[in-house]
Amino acid sequence: MIYIRLFFEFCKVGLFAVGGGLATIPFLSDLGSRTGWFTAGQLADMIAVSESTPGPIGVNMATYAGYTAAGVPGGIVSTLGLVFPSLIIILIIAGFLNKFRESKTVDAVFYGLRAASAALITAALLQVARIALMNHEMSNGTTQLFYWPAVILAAVVFICFSYTPLRKMHPIVFIAFSAVVGIVLGM
Amino acid sequence: MHIMIDLYLTFTKIGAMMFGGGYAMLPILQREIVDNKKWSTADQLADYYAVGQCTPGVIAVNTATFIGSQQAGIAGGIAATLGVVTIPTVLILIIAAFLSSFMDSVIVAHAFNGIRACVTALILASVIKLFKGSVKDWPTRIIYIAVLALAAAGNFLAAPERLTRLWNIITSPVFLVIISGMSGLIIRSVQRSVKGGRE
Repeated sequence: MIYIRLFFEFCKVGLFAVGGGLATIPFLSDLGSRTGWFTAGQLADMIAVSESTPGPIGVNMATYAGYTAAGVPGGIVSTLGLVFPSLIIILIIAGFLNKFRESKTVDAVFYGLRAASAALITAALLQVARIALMNHEMSNGTTQLFYWPAVILAAVVFICFSYTPLRKMHPIVFIAFSAVVGIVLGM
Repeated sequence: MHIMIDLYLTFTKIGAMMFGGGYAMLPILQREIVDNKKWSTADQLADYYAVGQCTPGVIAVNTATFIGSQQAGIAGGIAATLGVVTIPTVLILIIAAFLSSFMDSVIVAHAFNGIRACVTALILASVIKLFKGSVKDWPTRIIYIAVLALAAAGNFLAAPERLTRLWNIITSPVFLVIISGMSGLIIRSVQRSVKGGRE
């Protein structure tokens, strides 16, 4: 039955893709060629869509592939399949951590882990910055190293969000404002 | 409000605002979970992110499961997880119905160039907060610099020809997180034995 198969195939993707949404892509392209549920071109389109909608790419891809294979129920079943393995694993780890919350060992592990987590997010920030602020293709076909409108917009948002009374506002307000700026300036 | 409903609705809201992948969720989580709901501290949030990065699955979903289960056990974890995927799932089902017209829209492309610049700034603000909370002394500074250098090298540089496998392993988040946790364990036990020796 197609629903059970979708669930288990996406369980596998969710189980083996470690380290964020982009890690799911090689598994998805393998899945597509094995099952014929979606083509490589559709996968590329979906990556683009995921960049422009809320939600992790892995989840978006599961929804889309499930939908093309078996309609709306297929999309839902695939999404649940994708999150199922990590749900179980995190619940086990969280239970373990609750039990040993006061332990010096767990505290020492997190002492090192927190610094690594900050560093990994910094590395991800550099990647996001490169896509958002650099190597922008202009309408006349040339490429600019720094895309100044985006750099200035980012600087304004950063200053307002960090140092002015506007920091009390919700981040989504800044996101909505920037979307409007993007449309108005034709970024 | 019942805690399960509160968890589900809060994470539904977070899921709807999550533009640009798991890391873009961080500023939103700091506001919703740490400042508004006070379900975790900024340090705990960093812990959840670290675990979320070295376990299978999507970081955003893993972090949601973690926070939910810390609040209200297994059911809480499930409620938060279902919440965070609800809006993305519904949106993609709608977009899938008319995929090409959405992608070809020039207005959508402009809006997202603006959003990406904004998300960069918001993540920077979050990273600064995280850095202040987690990098406080020399051992953590060294861990931070080493992990950043390796992770950035993995993202930006091509793997050396003969050492591709090794390169892929030592620049992967899983490896870096595990080594850093072990380093924390070793550093703390050395610090303790030095202190014990003095007394």
